[in-house]
Amino acid sequence: MSDAPRGNLHLLEDPEFKDLAHRKNRFSLQLTGITLLLYYGFILLIAFKRDLFAAKIAGNITFGIALGIGVILACWLLTGIYVRWANEKYDAMVARLQEKAKHGS
Amino acid sequence: MGHSGWVAVSFFFAFIGSTLALTYWAAKRTKTAKEFYAAGRSITGFQNGLALAGDYMSAASFLGIAGLVATKGYDGLIYSVGFLVGWPICMFLIAEPLRNLGKFTFADVVAYRLHPRPIRTAAASGAILTVLIYLTAQMVGAGKLVVLLFGELHLQYLHAVIGVGILMMVYVLFGGMKATTWVQIIKAVLLIGGATILVVMILWHFNFSPSALFGQVSQEMMKPGKKSPYDRISLGLALMFGTAGLPHILMRFYTVPDAKEARKSVFYATGWIGYFYILTFTIGFGAAVIVGPDAIKSAGGTNMAAPLLARVLGGDAFFGFLSAVAFATILAVVAGLALAGASALSHDLYVGVLKRGVATEREQVLVARIGTIALGVLAVLLGIVFQNQNVAYLVGLAFAVAASANFPALLLSVIWRNYTTAGAVASTVVGLVLSIGLIILGPDVWGPVIAVAPKGQPPTPPIFPLENPAIVSIPAAFLAGIVVSLLTPDPAAQAKFEDEKLRTYAGIGAD
Repeated sequence: MSDAPRGNLHLLEDPEFKDLAHRKNRFSLQLTGITLLLYYGFILLIAFKRDLFAAKIAGNITFGIALGIGVILACWLLTGIYVRWANEKYDAMVARLQEKAKHGS
Repeated sequence: MGHSGWVAVSFFFAFIGSTLALTYWAAKRTKTAKEFYAAGRSITGFQNGLALAGDYMSAASFLGIAGLVATKGYDGLIYSVGFLVGWPICMFLIAEPLRNLGKFTFADVVAYRLHPRPIRTAAASGAILTVLIYLTAQMVGAGKLVVLLFGELHLQYLHAVIGVGILMMVYVLFGGMKATTWVQIIKAVLLIGGATILVVMILWHFNFSPSALFGQVSQEMMKPGKKSPYDRISLGLALMFGTAGLPHILMRFYTVPDAKEARKSVFYATGWIGYFYILTFTIGFGAAVIVGPDAIKSAGGTNMAAPLLARVLGGDAFFGFLSAVAFATILAVVAGLALAGASALSHDLYVGVLKRGVATEREQVLVARIGTIALGVLAVLLGIVFQNQNVAYLVGLAFAVAASANFPALLLSVIWRNYTTAGAVASTVVGLVLSIGLIILGPDVWGPVIAVAPKGQPPTPPIFPLENPAIVSIPAAFLAGIVVSLLTPDPAAQAKFEDEKLRTYAGIGAD
């Protein structure tokens, strides 16, 4: 099954393909970095600033509860941002390459 | 039998009846290996999102976290957040390449440009061990739940465990991935719906003011417990990277037609799972305030906080309904796990290693079915042997093994050109041995189980100080993979990495 793309190896040199791989890597790594920062920020606060978590910020809603829900929502938002980017930008680039692969040009 | 028993039994039989009917329908459409392992790649992104949520939200999520929050406060919520953060990672790094490169299992991806036999042997061992530990947790959860619910009926732990084993085998044996997927979808809808109703009832109890609810929780419960930062980071690593190494989750990406649907399914799954974990904040503290930690602990451990809360708020009928939902939850996860284990046994070990990649469709599906039976029997036995283990702890363990043995090998094979066969085997073996070894040498197993101190003596100190091994085992697995690869350069594999790129990024040539 590893032979499938063999007829299209010239596409590897195609600037469009290089651009696509480069952009996809950059965007994925940026979003991964943000996720790691968010989560390890949360973990480090837990490890070193535990008193902060009981601080009330709105009525009896504590900082800890707001932060926990915030991290969950932010993670979902990040997946949404990625899907949007991929649907709008990435898929169009992929479609062009697949077209080239089909026509062998 | 009490009122709650009857309600639970009727809901439970309704669930079993409808899922068996579904299995019958799916069985007629499950003949080839592609149908058995991947539902013929016919599942949409939205459906797979719900099914992923169903596969992921196990007994540990619902019963375990609610109980942890109710008795330990914020420490439980750390799990709620940690279980979710693996999903964006899975999306950004794993989902699309996995779908583009593989066929049925994550070992397909690792083996793509390397020597298949050693890779599949190592990867399948990681997958099967992860599945077995996870299965044990679910079996124990199911057994405990049934004892609490139907104790008056003289239904015992053993009956529950055997019953779950048999049902799981029926779903997987006859319905394959198609039936398993729909069982997950039904269960996800039931669980999310049930938890939502529970939250509405809790908020009703406090006149729809979350502030009134949280006002009754003690200051100390709102703070994380005092634990070493290393323990915190280690658990955090296991939860974050474990998700992208769980075989039953990874396998679901092969049920959709292409990478675009795979990506969409992660977005939907993250939404459903995140919503559910946000509900656990209210359910856990609601149980702490309304039921009370002492009443929860006296009712057979911490796992029953959510059902007990349901009894106080909605009476026996709601208690029965929610218990049936919890049971359906476990059953669905067990089916997904069994299918993932069977695919590792059949597709990776039997076809890939023993038959060197050459086997008929009939043979593949037959071996997968035999594997399912073997796993079912093994799961029942493990459920009996480990019946006194804590469910959330066992799941944490499975995450540590998945994050250490499966994730590094998978990630390196996708992103690193100079990865070699020896490197991949080294990272899997090091991750597997270290994660399991350090758990055995750690505070939960060494002192209490192995080097038990004589009576009157202080407990034996652990050899490894942390509860979770991930902070050591994940970096060690990456390091082993990188160092061994650099020592054993493989030009053929490097050249193939270039071919692979077209498939990884653009899906050209994907199955």
